[in-house]
Amino acid sequence: MDTSVAVRDLKISYGALDVIKDLQLEIARGEFLVLLGPSGCGKSTLLNAIAGLIDVADGEVWISGRNVTWEEPKDRGIGMVFQSYALYPQMSVEKNLSFSLRVARHDRADIERRVARAAEILQIEPLLKRKPAHLSGGQRQRVAIGRALVRDVDVFLFDEPLSNLDAKLRVDLRVEIKRLHQRLENTMIYVTHDQIEALTLADRIAVMKGGVIQQLDDPLTIYNRPKNRFVAEFIGSPSMNFFEGSILEKDGRRVFDADGMKVPLPCDLAPKVEPGRAVSLGVRPEHIRIGEMGTNSDEAALRGTIDIEEPMGPDTLVWIRTGERTLAARCPADARYPPGQTVPFVFDMRFASIFDAKSGERL
Amino acid sequence: MTHTAAETPRGPKPQRMTAGRIGLYAFLLVSAVFFLLPFYVMLVTSLKTMPEIQHGSIFALPSKATIEPWIVAWSKACTGANCDGIRVGLLNSFEILVPSVILSIGLGAINGYALSFWRPKAGNIVLTTLLLGAFIPYQVFIYPLVRMLSFVSLYNTLPGIVIVHTIFGLPIMTLLFRNYYEAMPADLFRAGRVDGGGFWTIFFRLILPMSGPILVVALILQVTGIWNDFLFGLIFAGRQHLPMTVQLNNVVNTTMGTKAYNVNMAATILTALVPLVVYFVSGRWFVRGIAAGAVKG
Repeated sequence: MDTSVAVRDLKISYGALDVIKDLQLEIARGEFLVLLGPSGCGKSTLLNAIAGLIDVADGEVWISGRNVTWEEPKDRGIGMVFQSYALYPQMSVEKNLSFSLRVARHDRADIERRVARAAEILQIEPLLKRKPAHLSGGQRQRVAIGRALVRDVDVFLFDEPLSNLDAKLRVDLRVEIKRLHQRLENTMIYVTHDQIEALTLADRIAVMKGGVIQQLDDPLTIYNRPKNRFVAEFIGSPSMNFFEGSILEKDGRRVFDADGMKVPLPCDLAPKVEPGRAVSLGVRPEHIRIGEMGTNSDEAALRGTIDIEEPMGPDTLVWIRTGERTLAARCPADARYPPGQTVPFVFDMRFASIFDAKSGERL
Repeated sequence: MTHTAAETPRGPKPQRMTAGRIGLYAFLLVSAVFFLLPFYVMLVTSLKTMPEIQHGSIFALPSKATIEPWIVAWSKACTGANCDGIRVGLLNSFEILVPSVILSIGLGAINGYALSFWRPKAGNIVLTTLLLGAFIPYQVFIYPLVRMLSFVSLYNTLPGIVIVHTIFGLPIMTLLFRNYYEAMPADLFRAGRVDGGGFWTIFFRLILPMSGPILVVALILQVTGIWNDFLFGLIFAGRQHLPMTVQLNNVVNTTMGTKAYNVNMAATILTALVPLVVYFVSGRWFVRGIAAGAVKG
């Protein structure tokens, strides 16, 4: 792997508290890596450490083959985009874009060329003379991206760049950031708590919790084969449905049993779990189908009562009560699901996940 | 009388003059008169001749207004042996004021900037010390300061008094700027660092241009504070640099024959002119500065 950014044995402490401990991360050149996690998981801290904006207690940061652990942010070959845009309010857009170049004493022609190129890429040419106060949120964030762009750096760092924008703009700018990445082919490290941003943008996602990377994989692996319960719960909206139970041996097949709800395990899962083991079963809402009886051996037939129906447009979310539990199922929008009706439904066990009840690790 | 019980609430709510309102306005009026009256007395007295003062009512307008007392106060009034008026003090006061204001605000801003953005390791200790310093009555420091300044031969000199004003202005200035900068988004500072700014570049090119409102507030505080100072001027400035306030005191307290009330009043108004102008000119700015600070970081 052609490494662009490497973090080795990183430790960051605030006083006696270790926010990040012994963290390892290698990012390939041109890769789009998303750091994803709930607030306080250390993702922004990690990004700031890569940027050189906070001191590390231990470990090394390498960028483009150089050990930059002791370097100033400006010498690391990075550009950074902040959640609050952080545009300099007293400067016009043009001055904002050229600030770093003027500080570094580039000659005027070079500054003009770079600003023009960034403005062209981000389509902010008509805004160059304006002050940030006279820009909309989306325009401000473009300028903030442009400020990183003019510096011609190897690595782009994004700190929740879309969190302050409204829903529609967020989708638009998300697409633009992806397009920008395809065009520039820089390494990009992107911090977010929004799983949709993570899934749509990333080449690889690092899901973080408590300063530890829980899983580092491509989006589909993260989504379909979460390494532990935290990742499984954090990714997906609505969340994966979980059932606590244990494994039984029945008629020569291994069966997941939770208070009488019996679900036969598919062939590939079965050998991994010995009977008697306490596990939790995770099934995503789109892998539950209402109104069908199990027909093949990888499907488990169950019954429940419809609790609530939530039409989402392209599909409908149906909340089904079965016994003590309520579970979410993503169903086609063309059918109706009247509350109170008792319906059969099946789990598509090919996509189910099984976690150890104690450790929460995927089996 | 038309009884419009059917009047439905619609459009702007009608303003009604209630008894409470009238009482409020009356109170405001009385307060304004109460505070303006002394100034009125000073102004009319300064325009009267001595005989008129001795015989007339102090509230009466001058029967024949004269600016003679102003001229005397400005250029002829005696302070001890010198009879050059208080114009000497005006110049001295400016000589003390300008460098003291620039230095105390400049250092306060740099301190506040360093403490809030760069967060040096011992920053909290520095801040606590400064705060503590602001709370100790400064009379306590006077004797040690006199000794320290004479040790380095700065006692009774212009640089001496400027240093004293700068040091005593530092805690409040540092606090003022620190609090203002603390409210500024830290991302701006981070962006400045990523963009290649060092300590001074970020301060002069990013932070200072955004400090307009707080600079105005600091300017007003320091100009009025240092101008009105009497004690430090008396003790540290030395005879060559006595500020206007000390000169005024000398004029008023130099009694030879009858007290020249009209001259004293004129001299007092002259001395108070600078802070007065500052308030009148910058009052609007002052409010705007505070409001701007409250709305946007």
